[in-house]
Amino acid sequence: MTADNTIQSTDTKRGEDSQSGYRENWWQYFTFNKDHKVIAIQYLVTSFTFFLIGGLFAMIIRGELVTPPSDLVDRQLYNGLFTMHGTVMIFLWIIPSLVGLSNFLIPLMIGAKDIAFPFLNALAFWMFPPAGILLMASFFLPSGTAQAGWWSYPPLSTQNPSDPVLNGQLFWCLSIVLLGVSSIMGAVNFVTTIVRLRAPGMTFFRMPIFVWSVLSAQLLQLFFLPSLTGGVLLLLCDLSLGTNFFEPFRGGDPVLYQHMFWFYSHPTVYVWALPVFGIIAEILPAFSRNPLFGYKSVAVATIGIAVISATVWAHHMFTSGTPMWMRILFMFTSVLIAVPTGVKEFSWTATVWRGKLHLDTPFLFALGSAAMFLFAGVTGVMLGAMPFDLHVHNTHFVVGHFHYVVYNTITVGIFGAIYFWFPKMSGRMYNEGWGKLHFLLTFIGANLTFFPMMPLGLQGMVRRIASYDPQYQWWNVIASFGGFLLGVSILPFIANIIYSWAFGYKVSDNPWHATGLEWTTTSPPPKENFKEVPTVTLAPYSYGRPQYSTVDSTDEGAVRRHHR
Amino acid sequence: MLRILEFLVLGVCFAAILAFSFWLGGESYSWMPAQASTDAQRVDNLFSFLVTMSSVIFFGVAGLQIYSLIFYRAREGDYTEGHPSRGNRKIEIFWMGIPVLLVLWIAGYSFSVYVGMDVIGPTTVLGDLPVPLVAEPAEADTVNTGSQSDERVADTVNIGSQDDERVEVISKQWSWTFLYPSKNVTSTELHLPVNRPVRLILKSEDVLHGFYVPEFRTKQDIIPNRPIELRIVPILVGKYQLHDSELSGTYFALMGANVYVESAEDYAKWLEQAAAKTPVIAATNQAALEHAQPPKRLIRSNWYTVLPAEPPIVNHSG
Repeated sequence: MTADNTIQSTDTKRGEDSQSGYRENWWQYFTFNKDHKVIAIQYLVTSFTFFLIGGLFAMIIRGELVTPPSDLVDRQLYNGLFTMHGTVMIFLWIIPSLVGLSNFLIPLMIGAKDIAFPFLNALAFWMFPPAGILLMASFFLPSGTAQAGWWSYPPLSTQNPSDPVLNGQLFWCLSIVLLGVSSIMGAVNFVTTIVRLRAPGMTFFRMPIFVWSVLSAQLLQLFFLPSLTGGVLLLLCDLSLGTNFFEPFRGGDPVLYQHMFWFYSHPTVYVWALPVFGIIAEILPAFSRNPLFGYKSVAVATIGIAVISATVWAHHMFTSGTPMWMRILFMFTSVLIAVPTGVKEFSWTATVWRGKLHLDTPFLFALGSAAMFLFAGVTGVMLGAMPFDLHVHNTHFVVGHFHYVVYNTITVGIFGAIYFWFPKMSGRMYNEGWGKLHFLLTFIGANLTFFPMMPLGLQGMVRRIASYDPQYQWWNVIASFGGFLLGVSILPFIANIIYSWAFGYKVSDNPWHATGLEWTTTSPPPKENFKEVPTVTLAPYSYGRPQYSTVDSTDEGAVRRHHR
Repeated sequence: MLRILEFLVLGVCFAAILAFSFWLGGESYSWMPAQASTDAQRVDNLFSFLVTMSSVIFFGVAGLQIYSLIFYRAREGDYTEGHPSRGNRKIEIFWMGIPVLLVLWIAGYSFSVYVGMDVIGPTTVLGDLPVPLVAEPAEADTVNTGSQSDERVADTVNIGSQDDERVEVISKQWSWTFLYPSKNVTSTELHLPVNRPVRLILKSEDVLHGFYVPEFRTKQDIIPNRPIELRIVPILVGKYQLHDSELSGTYFALMGANVYVESAEDYAKWLEQAAAKTPVIAATNQAALEHAQPPKRLIRSNWYTVLPAEPPIVNHSG
């Protein structure tokens, strides 16, 4: 799709310094800036800060679980820590970091000047830090944070031991509602942008898979997020205003909340996973020099996943007193989602098959994410087999499966994306050696942390317990060691990104010789992204065909330096 | 020639993966706890099947990825293009069709396992209307399991059968009480006769709890003000642990109870002896004990907590 533009952009001499100025003026990151690229960095940096906080909570949890008795933190704090860990990682790391990446990439990938509603975009971002700070502030309340898990099932969550107003659960509810409203604003923006602002010639079936993924994910947000936001609002009413929506002894139904919660919170897993599948589909072709295999079926599978994901939520409730017909119906819909997901996995595998693979950091993260997603996928199908789920539901087996999705697939994929588009964001190159070290530590640490949870769950270790039977200790020690290694693994990443952002050597516009409109503009892109609106004439991923080669030979020295 | 060699290598690898997967499926039984109920055997068979199938898919696809990593690396600085193939309709239909069949096979097999299971699923006791929770032993006789129009239940389970031992399970923060209506015995231990169907009537007095004995391979959430019935057939004499499986607050991890599956004679003897005792306050309430005397911890938040409910008054306290 990009051949013409590529040739154009490599013809035009790049100025000594980027004319955008968004890199040089660091203070604009602290302002109500409406440039999608600035907002993207704001999202990424803020969410990464929360990722570190959530990771710290996780390591305290793993610290507690090194030994069977409860001896590191008291039980209230332990419950608060895993509640906050889940909430922070989901609502303050995965969702906003992907919104950040989408913010940066979507207008560039479809050839737009900015997002459809820049003001709304900035407004949505600026609701996010206050919501996060509100959540963290609950640590300083006398009754502490919310302690009912990130699901906040009533009546436990509404069982209020202290102050009816100043309690952690209320702070949690307010924070989730704020973030929900912010995300709905973002969804309106993304869907409108993708539908309305595509450059001439950018038909739907010329859109990169990442754009398809974000479209599907944000449509899911639009359709389902109101259910969670509404459910949490009702919970807040029960908690603080004396209503009885979910109070079992006063005519309410606690299971109703579970339906409202999972009606969103299952599709939301695909709000996180789909963009990462998109990232993988962008990175693998670029580093194997093959076109994405079966582009159209992957695009359709993306929509297919979104549609099916809307019909599977009650598989989280197989033990919640759901009647038999519901258990069986949701078992069938749940395993069916493996089909479009499989299409993606097979397509990635076929893409690297007989390729010319370049094992740079983004590729390692992308393929690592794809490989570990295989494990997440097959264990997911196991959980869909409902009679087996009755045994492992609410055990560490589920926790292990879930973290293979959210860490080993999604977070690893996000790292791949950051390395891949770092040159475009900063105009500079990261350090390859440190990147590879980060990958190695992450890959080992992630598997050491989350694999042991599978045998623990099979053996019956219940999740969310602060103390456990000594028979489970061995695997827990390994998981904790892996957890601390994951903590260490993040250090080379931080050092690499900060150093390279400031001192990394400058790169050409397309250091990976990748296709895609974003690589045809300068690094970093100017305000409004393109010198002139590009016209698209090709389907994406025109690798493998020398006549459309995107190899950028303007700066071969940089490539060599990078590989040294 | 090279192509043929490659196909040969891949063929051998795939055969090895198949053999390994079948071995792994057999091995998977040992990853589970003891099989102490009829359902445990069925679930383990299903799990073994799932492990075999997952292993073929996982090692098959990951193997292709690793194979690519090893054999398809580009030479340093070689940015020439790979192959131009953008897809292949036949292959794409194949890898869409095969998974459809596989997951339908999995779901179909799971369905047949579920239908054969002795656990009758959540059947609401006393209809769907909320009822006062104070459970009189006599109420157990009016249990109405057919209210959910669950035909299979009505067919295969003889409602009110003399064979089914009935136990009421009362959960509260953070203790279990078991009530044996036939002898009007209460206990903090769950004693069950071996090889006899047991109907557990699960009740909660405060928040959600979950009934989970890993050796029985089943789990059921307990919902306040909505008694739920669970049927189990224990088949292995032994001592097991009951866990609360739905987060229930501060002392959640301490909410356990000993489960004894014993021979019919031992069980009858135990019931008899327990019935002879006068009810006393249960001594071993871990939550209450820890709340009264918190152990030493490195980091203390001292956040408020819901207090442990009064320890139950029981004939037999274990």
